Amino acid sequence: MKILVPVKRVVDYNVKVRVKPDQTGVDLANVKMSMNPFCEIAVEEAIRMKEKGVAEEIVAVSIGPAQAQETIRTALAMGADRGIHVTTDQTVEPLAVAKILAKVVEEESPELVILGKQAIDDDSNATGQMLAALLGWPQATFASEVEKDGDGFKVTREIDGGLQTIKVSSPAIITTDLRLNEPRYASLPNIMKAKRKPIDAKTPEDFGVDIAPRLEVLKVTEPPKREAGVKVESVAELVDKLKNEAGVI
Amino acid sequence: MAVLVIAEHDNASLNDATRAAVTAGKALGGDIHVLVAGKNAGPAAEAASKLDGVAKVLHAESDHLEKRLAEAMETLVLSIADGYDAILTPATTGGKNFMPRIAAKLDVAQISDITAVESADTFVRPIYAGNAMMTVKSSDAKKVITVRPTTFEKVGDGGSASVETIDAPAPAASSQFVGEELSKSDRPELASAKIVISGGRGMGNGENFAIIEKVADKLNAAVGASRAAVDAGFVPNDYQVGQTGKVVAPELYIAVGISGAIQHLAGMKDSKVIVAINKDEEAPIFSVADYGLVADLFTAVPELEAELGKVGY
Repeated sequence: MKILVPVKRVVDYNVKVRVKPDQTGVDLANVKMSMNPFCEIAVEEAIRMKEKGVAEEIVAVSIGPAQAQETIRTALAMGADRGIHVTTDQTVEPLAVAKILAKVVEEESPELVILGKQAIDDDSNATGQMLAALLGWPQATFASEVEKDGDGFKVTREIDGGLQTIKVSSPAIITTDLRLNEPRYASLPNIMKAKRKPIDAKTPEDFGVDIAPRLEVLKVTEPPKREAGVKVESVAELVDKLKNEAGVI
Repeated sequence: MAVLVIAEHDNASLNDATRAAVTAGKALGGDIHVLVAGKNAGPAAEAASKLDGVAKVLHAESDHLEKRLAEAMETLVLSIADGYDAILTPATTGGKNFMPRIAAKLDVAQISDITAVESADTFVRPIYAGNAMMTVKSSDAKKVITVRPTTFEKVGDGGSASVETIDAPAPAASSQFVGEELSKSDRPELASAKIVISGGRGMGNGENFAIIEKVADKLNAAVGASRAAVDAGFVPNDYQVGQTGKVVAPELYIAVGISGAIQHLAGMKDSKVIVAINKDEEAPIFSVADYGLVADLFTAVPELEAELGKVGY
């Protein structure tokens, strides 16, 4: 089985982002960038499938600027076999990403595409589902457990009220939730080895996909700030304030 | 302008998140239709017909709609999408699952998790876990939108819409439902509770959540947790409040033994009143709390239960 793992380069999850004073976006200058955490979980799950003998080849694909190649190298260092880099400096919305990925899927014919449920920059939570629809494939989103099951997959999903288990036939799309696994760190020898793994260079035009954005960003602003309130001295004072000052109990 | 709101429900009853999505739909203007897709979903369809401002309820019944899996919802909604300028659903795990499929097939961008409607084509949505708010204008002819349920008022009853039965075409690609493990609780649901009390790593273990539950029972509150408490295995993952869990905005949020990581604040900072109980007075949670109590939670929480008793709870 071949697995395709799309990965995205985003602001590192430990960075506190700042909105630019001119409200055109968030300040990305000199900010640490990393692989989106949900994408790391997807790479890890693919590698575990390979280690179990369920998968033979893992192809990591990223769409983005020249530096997205570093993100692909990270996936290769973790254990992916080769990469595809679709280079563009434009903002690519989930729909355009899904369209490009659908073309990559046509060329590569994987039996599984596993990707993060959302990117922690734009928080859209849409690309995997959109790709599934464009390909006419079944999907299992927000996965917390994945098992090969006959010619498909049995997937436990995190839903609002608890957990849901579904079966999808292959080929399928799986999107990862936080508790699916804990991604490994790449070892130094593997980081060195990854430098020799091949990365194919492509552009959106190679796939004939129009990536023009459908959403115009009018402004990006700070969320309303919450001011710190008061410290109370005792539980009795707390209950009194909740009852008589805030009126919420 | 015609607006379709896809209802969130469990067949037997309508989820409150649907009421918030109807409010967002009203802000767009035009007639509002509500789609109730399910199996034996008559009661949910009837509840939807009573929502204030709803002109018509479309009710689709089928075995493959029982769990509203994404592939079946895609096929159904596409079969009626032509008649609508905007399609909305609450950004619950259900809506987040099926809605992007519909957007992709309609060749439009999904506008995810909106928190405000500026006009019929301009919306506000959080990015970077709510650390920035983005105002976007959509150039697509049809708007496909998921609505953050906690930021919109919930419409009340008062309507008397007609209920029309529609066909439910069989989906092409399809996933199969195997089973589910839903947390059983007599307490209100986390996402819609008026009071939420959450425990963090400071709880120490799962058994200690009992002291929180006692307070929750007195206040008829839902019980939540921080990601640290969930990752440590104290409570199941559906308790999690935060960027990667549930976003809540109750009247009163009580954070117990929670330090206040950005990831947690993203899920509760829109609460009306926030109370923090933590023994570390430097904990970041105090910077967003209306009332902070620096105390050992194992003394303070049982005391809170007792004090509530004194004032009639």
